[in-house]
Amino acid sequence: MTEHHQHHIKLPEGSIEKQTTTLNVGPTHPATHGVFQNIMELDGEQIVSTEQTVGYIHRAFEKLAERRPLYQITTLTDRLNYCSSPINNMGWHLTCEKLLGVQTPKRVDYLRIIIMELARISDHLICNSIMGVDTGAYTGFMYIMQYRELIYEIYEEICGSRLTTNIGRIGGFERNFTNTAFTKLEKFLKEYPAALRELQNLFTRNRIFMERTIGTGPISAERALNYGFTGPNLRAAGVDYDVRVHSPYSSYEDFDFTIPVGKNGDSYDRFLVRNEEMWQSLSILNQAYKKVQEFKGAEAEVFHADIPEYYLPKKEDVYTKMESLIWHFKIVMGEVDMPKGEVYHSVEAGNGELGFYLISDGGRTPFRLHFRRPSFIYYQAYPEMVVGGMLSDAIVVMSSLNLIAGELDA
Amino acid sequence: MALTQEHIQQRLTEKFGDFVSNFESPYGLLSFEVAKDQNLKVLQFLFQEADLNFQFLTDLTGVNYPANIGRELAVVYHLHNLRDNVRIRFTVYADILSPDVFTASKLFSAANWMERETYDFFGVNFVGHNNLKRILNADEMDYFPLRKEYPLEDQTRIDKDDEMFGRG
Repeated sequence: MTEHHQHHIKLPEGSIEKQTTTLNVGPTHPATHGVFQNIMELDGEQIVSTEQTVGYIHRAFEKLAERRPLYQITTLTDRLNYCSSPINNMGWHLTCEKLLGVQTPKRVDYLRIIIMELARISDHLICNSIMGVDTGAYTGFMYIMQYRELIYEIYEEICGSRLTTNIGRIGGFERNFTNTAFTKLEKFLKEYPAALRELQNLFTRNRIFMERTIGTGPISAERALNYGFTGPNLRAAGVDYDVRVHSPYSSYEDFDFTIPVGKNGDSYDRFLVRNEEMWQSLSILNQAYKKVQEFKGAEAEVFHADIPEYYLPKKEDVYTKMESLIWHFKIVMGEVDMPKGEVYHSVEAGNGELGFYLISDGGRTPFRLHFRRPSFIYYQAYPEMVVGGMLSDAIVVMSSLNLIAGELDA
Repeated sequence: MALTQEHIQQRLTEKFGDFVSNFESPYGLLSFEVAKDQNLKVLQFLFQEADLNFQFLTDLTGVNYPANIGRELAVVYHLHNLRDNVRIRFTVYADILSPDVFTASKLFSAANWMERETYDFFGVNFVGHNNLKRILNADEMDYFPLRKEYPLEDQTRIDKDDEMFGRG
């Protein structure tokens, strides 16, 4: 055996206290749940400063959108916040409808609300269970995935895909919800409350979870507003701003629900707000399903607005009727010019106000399209929230903010 | 009393006169134009006045209008008064040869990255911004990709080696 000598680094007296360590967290790290880089300056375990690098998965959606007709942009919106893509799709269709002046039937609005609230639940349950993973409780995450599966099966039944849904059309949906879709919805509504209660019992009064999240990454209401926070992260700081209530779209004004708010704006409050929002979404889902069932006769078959210029005709008509064939061709090729105008429309997405700023010069594609992406805006506040805290807390703060790389980078 | 668009317009014209113009209300959103070097003053006025109270910056972005000679670049602000739930939008126009616009990042922390993004894609120089560098694109990029002078790649081009993309 060779002899090992221990080498001692000779440092001047007293210099060790002043030294900090630079640590690269990311770009790909299992705990960041996405492509995020943070260059952190650490004093022991304490964060002295941090700088985020974003843009690793930037795909130039805003530029691409300038060459695409309206329908081809829906697939871009899928890829923003991919944990709740139906909300993005609906937000985009609603923006188009606002520009085109399309009125949607009530049944379409309610069906959309069903889809959007399902998406909100799937978004929040990922965020909350991931927080569990980052604090050392993997089980909740693995367990709750079964219920996200139920939601994805409903998407699949409605539009054929699961993650990047491309769900809906301008004016409504591509087809009516099938009975299977409603059966699956019933199954979800029946089974999910018990699972959610179990998930919340696993964390809310769990000593380890509370110690890890209470007081970490706090932000005051004033700072959160100044930083442009929206959604659950703003509400956790105590501001009851919700686009669904303040600028109702898709008939949200017909529903009874409350906006849960927190107080301290820390990771624990963000968890609680998301948890309560899932209960509110369940209540909205039940109300919406009931309202959908109330439509009788011909009304119960309505799933799109009557707008031949923008809504694809039925396939059998395309094969047999000249008029339908022409519209089909024009819509697919994007040969329908939109009206001139500037429109801003926003929806309450999983992470907050998702806005679409669309400028049309009257051509077949947008002149300019800008996405107001909530993640991008509130991620700026990350250094302010974690500096002075522990490195391990910074990871929990990041997952409690529910950063989604797709939305951040667009 | 609820905050009306007429009231906002009246308060702004009283204070800024000809520097604010082109008041419109497309799709119910009050929109107007502000002279380029007045943008920060208007933002501050809208922020501080108790009856206006526009303290939430919803969005800040750029637009390129190549046909508007001398005012090719636009910076668009979307503001929200959360108390009265009123939104407004205003635009400032800048010359593409000297696109200097005052930064709003001292007033709104949210403007920091939004302005970096606008700089990154349009090359708007936000005067007073303390960290104006590229954010989503690569640092060594030497052009501003969302300007209309940079068209998207021709989809039918054949001079490219597509092997790397699995199309070879």
